Amino acid sequence: MPAAAATLERPRVTPPSDDKRWRIVEATMRRHGYQPHALIETLHTVQETFGYIDEDAMRFVAQALRVPLSQVYGVVTFYHFFTLKPQGEHICVVCLGTACYIKGAPQILEAIERTYGIKPGETTKDGKLSLLAARCLGACGLAPVAVFDGQVVGKLTPEDALKQIRRWEEDDGR
Amino acid sequence: MTVDELQQLALKEQEAKQRYRCRINVCVATSCIMCGSERVKEAIEEAVKARGLEKEVLVQGVGCLGLCSAGPMIYVEPDGIIYHKVTPEDAPAIVQGLVSTPVERLICPPDLPFFKRQVKIVMENSGTIDPERIEDYIAVGGYQALIKALTEMSPSEVIEEVTKSGLRGRGGAGYPTGLKWSTVAKANGARKFVICNADEGDPGAYMDRTILESDPHRVLEGMAIAAYAVGAQQGFIYVRAEYPLAIKRLRTAIRQAERLNLLGNNILGTTFSFSVELRIGAGAFVCGEETALMASIEGKRGTPRPRPPYPAEYGLWGYPTLINNVETFANIPPIIRNGGEWFAKIGTERSKGTKVFALAGRVVNTGLIEVPMGITLREIVFDIGGGIPEGKRFKAVQTGGPSGGCIPEQFLDLPIDYESLTKVGSIMGSGGMIVMDETSCMVDVAKFFVEFCMSESCGKCVPCRVGTAHLYELLRRITAGEGTMRDLELLEELCDLVKSASLCGLGQTAPNPVLSTLRYFRHEYEAHILDKTCPAGVCAIRRAEEVPA
Repeated sequence: MPAAAATLERPRVTPPSDDKRWRIVEATMRRHGYQPHALIETLHTVQETFGYIDEDAMRFVAQALRVPLSQVYGVVTFYHFFTLKPQGEHICVVCLGTACYIKGAPQILEAIERTYGIKPGETTKDGKLSLLAARCLGACGLAPVAVFDGQVVGKLTPEDALKQIRRWEEDDGR
Repeated sequence: MTVDELQQLALKEQEAKQRYRCRINVCVATSCIMCGSERVKEAIEEAVKARGLEKEVLVQGVGCLGLCSAGPMIYVEPDGIIYHKVTPEDAPAIVQGLVSTPVERLICPPDLPFFKRQVKIVMENSGTIDPERIEDYIAVGGYQALIKALTEMSPSEVIEEVTKSGLRGRGGAGYPTGLKWSTVAKANGARKFVICNADEGDPGAYMDRTILESDPHRVLEGMAIAAYAVGAQQGFIYVRAEYPLAIKRLRTAIRQAERLNLLGNNILGTTFSFSVELRIGAGAFVCGEETALMASIEGKRGTPRPRPPYPAEYGLWGYPTLINNVETFANIPPIIRNGGEWFAKIGTERSKGTKVFALAGRVVNTGLIEVPMGITLREIVFDIGGGIPEGKRFKAVQTGGPSGGCIPEQFLDLPIDYESLTKVGSIMGSGGMIVMDETSCMVDVAKFFVEFCMSESCGKCVPCRVGTAHLYELLRRITAGEGTMRDLELLEELCDLVKSASLCGLGQTAPNPVLSTLRYFRHEYEAHILDKTCPAGVCAIRRAEEVPA
């Protein structure tokens, strides 16, 4: 690692709000000694804590790590994992890896697209459902695979996928 | 901890294990967890408790047993019985089976070629040790290779042993590992780094993830030995964020190793110090390329830079850096333990040892396999894989992910090694192996991979950024029935350009899926263009124009 920047006497950068969750973000930066190379690790924490990375967050991280805002924005938009907008209440990730593709993942995606009018990367207007496409979840033995709110389901059919989403709607309606 | 204390710990653990009459090993790697193996494990623990057998029967979570499509898998020791597709409801019967006869309906035939044809080196502990306990790894001889290296060998002797083994990089390109190590060892630098590339981005490949989930300490040990050999004190493991379980187990493993002073300062009382940090990727395929990966560790956008200078001379923050893949590091402890000559006896003339493949797609047994180099594709697909389901016809095997190619039936008897796969237009790659049958359209498959490379191109160099987009457009036209024969020529010309002019491996290999399908399945392209039909019935033109051939 490069020689540590003088971290002792730098003015404290105040978080964008008094939301307590910023402390978690600050803890990550502290653990890495506020080094610029902790940028991606810090953004991971922001994404994990808030669900997305907005402009305030980017400005705060940029100042605290002394990285140009342009570089922060560049990094956030370069990596697929970071999002600038909040996700829907429920998230459905369809794996589009080779094995899943061969075994019918496009049909699953198509069924959801048709039924809910959203494409991968989009959220329904009511903010209920986000549809995402994954490159490969590494569960190729169970292809095709999708993740419904963190729960992975293998050997999926388009009907099963729609049923899962409908279950969310029913649960929320109650 | 000293060397003696470690040996005592190993003995103590072995005795503790032997106190149990039998062990029920439940696979807790991602694939089986998805099938509910954690609930199965809990149910078995309860069933064991209900019968008051806690002192006799050990229930433990273990790494991957291989046959991922038939999960959750259970392996009972010492009887050697493998159960598959177990549900929590089966737990009482399985525990009952320990005292009477095993549960017939759940047994996976032990003489299945899937298990018999494999040779396990990297995966030797998968399915027998608990990946979350360092003591388990130590009990089966873990960290003995590190002790041997630190106490009996000089760094150059370690490198010599690795060179003698003939081990080549398992990340895909197959660069001789010993040579890479000696270059880094010779390089001058105030500091040096060792990086483990666990950014396994190829769709259809999950070998590295499974190794990390099943036996994380083996990778740490391999890295420590490498660091000793090249003179590094700091290591990084760059893992994909898509692998949360692997990350969790690595974190645990690093903490445990630090506690026992197998990582950290003055390891085992020697003068050697080495610490490992984890870096989590953020979803960029190009970060599997070594220079892009290093940029990402430095907190930047993951874009590659021209080589030379190679990372061995000018790597992370400009210091000499050794980058190896997960499976490469996982091969190191057995090589040091048993000697390079032992390893060199396995495999072919120029490709030594074993290779782990993720067998998936249209094949009966999908899962993770470890086979000696030199095995034929036919043995993998039809013996280990059990052939094509539903009586369909085999069409091709895709190896090497987006950088590889499709290998047709005529090469099924080809012994697999780095050179032979390159000769037929594919590559070894990291180990993804997707089987395709008559229901797959090869033009569509080529389009799938080009689309992948197009959206994963980092945008730094024009041939890759613009070239892949145009390749995609040409393939889209062809699959939509709008292509002309002139497009085929254009396709070939463009492939050549992208291949020779791109900056990094992503672009240089992106045309491979197109070139290999053009070479072996040109008739399918022509059918799309001339007859406006998709022979496999995948592409949409079939519906647009119902013209019988």
